[in-house]
Amino acid sequence: MSAAASPARRPFGLAAYGHVLAGVVWRESLRFLHQRERFVSALVRPLVWLFIFAAGFRQTLGISIIPPYETYVLYDVYITPGLIAMIQLFNGMQSSLSMVYDREMGSMRMLLVSPAPRWFLLTSKLLAGVAVSILQVYAYLVIAWFWDIEPPTWWGYLTILPALILSGLMLGALGMVLSSLIKQLENFAGVMNFVIFPMFFASSALYPLWRVQEGSPWLATVCWLNPFTYAVELIRFAFWGKLDLFSLAVVLGCTIVFLAAAVIAYDPSRGMLMRRGG
Amino acid sequence: MTTSAPSVSAVSPSALAVEHVSHAYGARKALDDVSFAVEPGIFAVLLGLNGAGKSTLFSIVTHLYASRGGKVRIFGHDVARESGAALAELGVVFQSRTLDPDLTVEQNMLYQGALHGMSGAQARQRGRDLVARVGLADRLKDRVRQLSGGQQRRIEIARALLHGPRLVLLDEPTAGLDIKARADILTLTRRLVDEDRVGILWTTHLVDEIRPEDKVIVLHKGRVLAADSARAVIAAAGADSIGEAFTKLTRGGGDDA
Repeated sequence: MSAAASPARRPFGLAAYGHVLAGVVWRESLRFLHQRERFVSALVRPLVWLFIFAAGFRQTLGISIIPPYETYVLYDVYITPGLIAMIQLFNGMQSSLSMVYDREMGSMRMLLVSPAPRWFLLTSKLLAGVAVSILQVYAYLVIAWFWDIEPPTWWGYLTILPALILSGLMLGALGMVLSSLIKQLENFAGVMNFVIFPMFFASSALYPLWRVQEGSPWLATVCWLNPFTYAVELIRFAFWGKLDLFSLAVVLGCTIVFLAAAVIAYDPSRGMLMRRGG
Repeated sequence: MTTSAPSVSAVSPSALAVEHVSHAYGARKALDDVSFAVEPGIFAVLLGLNGAGKSTLFSIVTHLYASRGGKVRIFGHDVARESGAALAELGVVFQSRTLDPDLTVEQNMLYQGALHGMSGAQARQRGRDLVARVGLADRLKDRVRQLSGGQQRRIEIARALLHGPRLVLLDEPTAGLDIKARADILTLTRRLVDEDRVGILWTTHLVDEIRPEDKVIVLHKGRVLAADSARAVIAAAGADSIGEAFTKLTRGGGDDA
């Protein structure tokens, strides 16, 4: 057969978009399953927090009844949404950074020479990262279930899903923007120190904000301004089968802003890709 | 409605037309008013030393970033404005290895097919045929990691052809390969031109990969010094070989590595 026997050249139709998205998600999932260490470390990290940190603080930290909880909950239950968001935060930063640096640069170029519009390619790539993070979250929830952490009804496992998609998108898009803007963040340690830790600690992941307010009003303000807080709260409410509209609005708005910034950053006529050419 | 074959206009467009492209990184000029054309179905060589601007040009043609000035057209489609149509005609083999080492040859093909909007069945069929074409049919189910450097390059060429492009760009495809693998890649690529009328733009700094009938574009310090058949370039420079012609052409700017 001839190498040049080109498949009929059609405009990029809806089916073609579907093939692109499915292909990107499929490849990302395959790669993830091949990288066992990544899967294990993604799972061990929140479990260390759950089994050691939460167990230690269980006695000292009482959580009063705050929405969405209607009864007194254990500290392990309280920090679970925070740990879930942490899984997504790590995953989002990791996949966005690896996209640009390391050997991934090559495969990123392969992705970007696809005739599909660039915004669609980037969104597909983000969704693929989100799919992987959701696999990690459910693996964590299975183990947490054995630790007696479960939503009031089984529906919680389903209602958490849209929250995970949205928060995963927001954090992945943020990673994409950061990786393009800040050159100093070339290694993961820098991202840990300057992005992941501050975002995680200055949020409602580990302690309710009314408690932070008592101790340090300015820190509470920082927490209130941190988009990660709203990702945590969105997940917290969703896991409990409820919807926190304000968190939804903030997460949705941040997702749109970060995504737009990422598309601009990767725009051929201005973005960061230029600086790296040579 | 059926799509008719593209009408043959009086002047059919070049496979690749680079028109007055300039580009700079800050104050450093990487490309300075670069213009040349590659006709459809020929083997063209972009010859230049490291740092001549080949990679920058490659990035602009593949739409990784836009040039500061000028235009690039692929079969008449402006890369910056009709990037979808332009990229659909283009196959690319990057200098760095871009196959997924942990995935099989076939999985890599399927991924590439998806990126070009092909269905799984279509990509599987064509991928199998093309992998056979580059002589690696028995390695389809093997992980890329298990393949030698030369074999990986051949798979990359097969992959670049998957969506049926009429122009394929290869950026220093023989870099890091041994003599035998280099010859294999070159032979394979020339066969694509002879048998399938696929146009090739091959970047290199090795003059021994060039034949007299090839089109040669000499790029030096961001400027095109010659763009003609190797035979004509040699004659114009009053040289005996393309290597000598290159040396003569680039003399006078001898402060580079």
